[in-house]
Amino acid sequence: MKQNRLQSINDNTWKQKWASYKRNPFSLLLFILVLFATSITILTMTFLVGYILIKGIPYVTPDIFSWNYTSENVSFMPAIVNTLILVIGALLLAAPLGIFAAIYLVEYAKRGNKLVSIVRVTAETLSGIPSIVFGLFGMLFFVTALHFGYSLLAGIFTVAIMILPLIMRTTEEALKSVPDIYREGSFGLGAGKLRTVSCIVLPAAVPGILAGIILSVGRVVGETAALVYTAGTVAEFPKGIFSSGRSLSVHMYALSREGLHTDQAYATAVMLLLMVLFINWFSTKMASKITRK
Amino acid sequence: MEGVFLIAALTSILSVFLICLFLFVNGIPGMAKIGVFNFLLGTEWAPTDSPASFGIFPMILGSLYVTAGAIIIGVSIGLFTAIFLAKFCPERIHRVLKPAVDILAGIPSVVYGFFGIVVMVPFVRNYFGGSGSSILTASVLLGIMILPTIIGVAESAIRAVPESYYEGALALGATHERGVFFAVLPAATSGIMAGVVLGIGRAIGETMAVILVAGNQARMPTGVLGGIRTLTANIVLEMGYAADLHREALIATGVVLFVFILMINLLFSLLKRRQAR
Repeated sequence: MKQNRLQSINDNTWKQKWASYKRNPFSLLLFILVLFATSITILTMTFLVGYILIKGIPYVTPDIFSWNYTSENVSFMPAIVNTLILVIGALLLAAPLGIFAAIYLVEYAKRGNKLVSIVRVTAETLSGIPSIVFGLFGMLFFVTALHFGYSLLAGIFTVAIMILPLIMRTTEEALKSVPDIYREGSFGLGAGKLRTVSCIVLPAAVPGILAGIILSVGRVVGETAALVYTAGTVAEFPKGIFSSGRSLSVHMYALSREGLHTDQAYATAVMLLLMVLFINWFSTKMASKITRK
Repeated sequence: MEGVFLIAALTSILSVFLICLFLFVNGIPGMAKIGVFNFLLGTEWAPTDSPASFGIFPMILGSLYVTAGAIIIGVSIGLFTAIFLAKFCPERIHRVLKPAVDILAGIPSVVYGFFGIVVMVPFVRNYFGGSGSSILTASVLLGIMILPTIIGVAESAIRAVPESYYEGALALGATHERGVFFAVLPAATSGIMAGVVLGIGRAIGETMAVILVAGNQARMPTGVLGGIRTLTANIVLEMGYAADLHREALIATGVVLFVFILMINLLFSLLKRRQAR
């Protein structure tokens, strides 16, 4: 924050602050409460992440990366492959749909359009639905009604619906942050609506859209409840998109629930945590690119 | 091309419609067979007994207790943290703290659950007694999990209050703290409430972390150190082997949860609209 000299007249020294607190013990109490709560939040975060990393990293051995899953060597390699398949599949479905939907809402729909408000309300509803309800729906619709069976495909469709509102919202915000001057300039040069959107507006919004997509990758990686009864819990390599397979989070859940392989559960937790931390960092970096512009 | 964009925009409507349709069509008949009152207010859940009884009242109470506990912990800590982030900390510290809070939001719920098993359950067992898997443990864990939601929404609500409120309070001789707590905070109430409601939604819908630390006994709650089963846990635990009426009862449990969530969503958007005004 820029502070000019006039403002710095109002700055208190520590001594002055302390004198003011002595006159107002209640203010001091509030200040202490605020500091206390913040330190609890930060300490909890560091303790949680630190505990899992410090206790878990020794268990990340070469064995756990082996290609074969056996009951003695609980490898998470198949689970990682399944997670990748789920992420890629869900993005292939949800990213174009979400981006196109956002383009319609921002660039094409007219103000006060009834349809737009319905789309907004349903997208908001979708983002509030807990993942277990998505799991139930996926089981009833994709697994049973469409006869996919417990399969990666059913899992892909289920998580795709889950991340759709997230991609829609972030893309909308990214498109809105593109200044109207870009559009006007493009129209002024004689470009049509579609050309303006695809060649001028979209490229300018790419970092924001990417940030949203990366965030939704994080959601898929962390997802458990929606996948247990759609993608299933088979711990081996999938034979194809129609065979069942557990993602890394489901693997983690199964291990912690059984309580037999705590070491491997630690290693899986480390893996999940590192993935999510990396995804977070990457997404923030992308998002800061648009704010700088 | 506009047609393609329009169709894409319609998918979210289609999804919500399909979710409602499939949940209600599969859940309502089971609920009707059991009897709506027997189902919602029955205190005994014994799906494998004969005659089986399907009362989900213990699970409804379980969800409510755990959520209430999470809100008490999450809101008190989260609100004060949000106040610190919005009004107390210099820009330089904010640049470090905000990503730290975001990390908390990104950690998957199974990892929270695992942390609960290896750290919190033994802690509660050793220092408070009981088996450790309890309402208390689940509440604290959920409270931590909803922190980033509450902090995020509350911080932006506080920041949205015009600076003149704060300046006016200072000009009348209030200290910084009094200005923030008694002039700015009341003006941000509806935004903060929206954050709390969002937190309630998160807590009630949370599944995996709760299963791992709450004990999952399908009986009426016996106290804060006793175990409990939530609606979400009930679905995940038994869906794997359930058949016939049992399965329908579990889907109906999902319907009850879904209706709860819809009501919470409605409340949230009402509060949001009030804040915008």
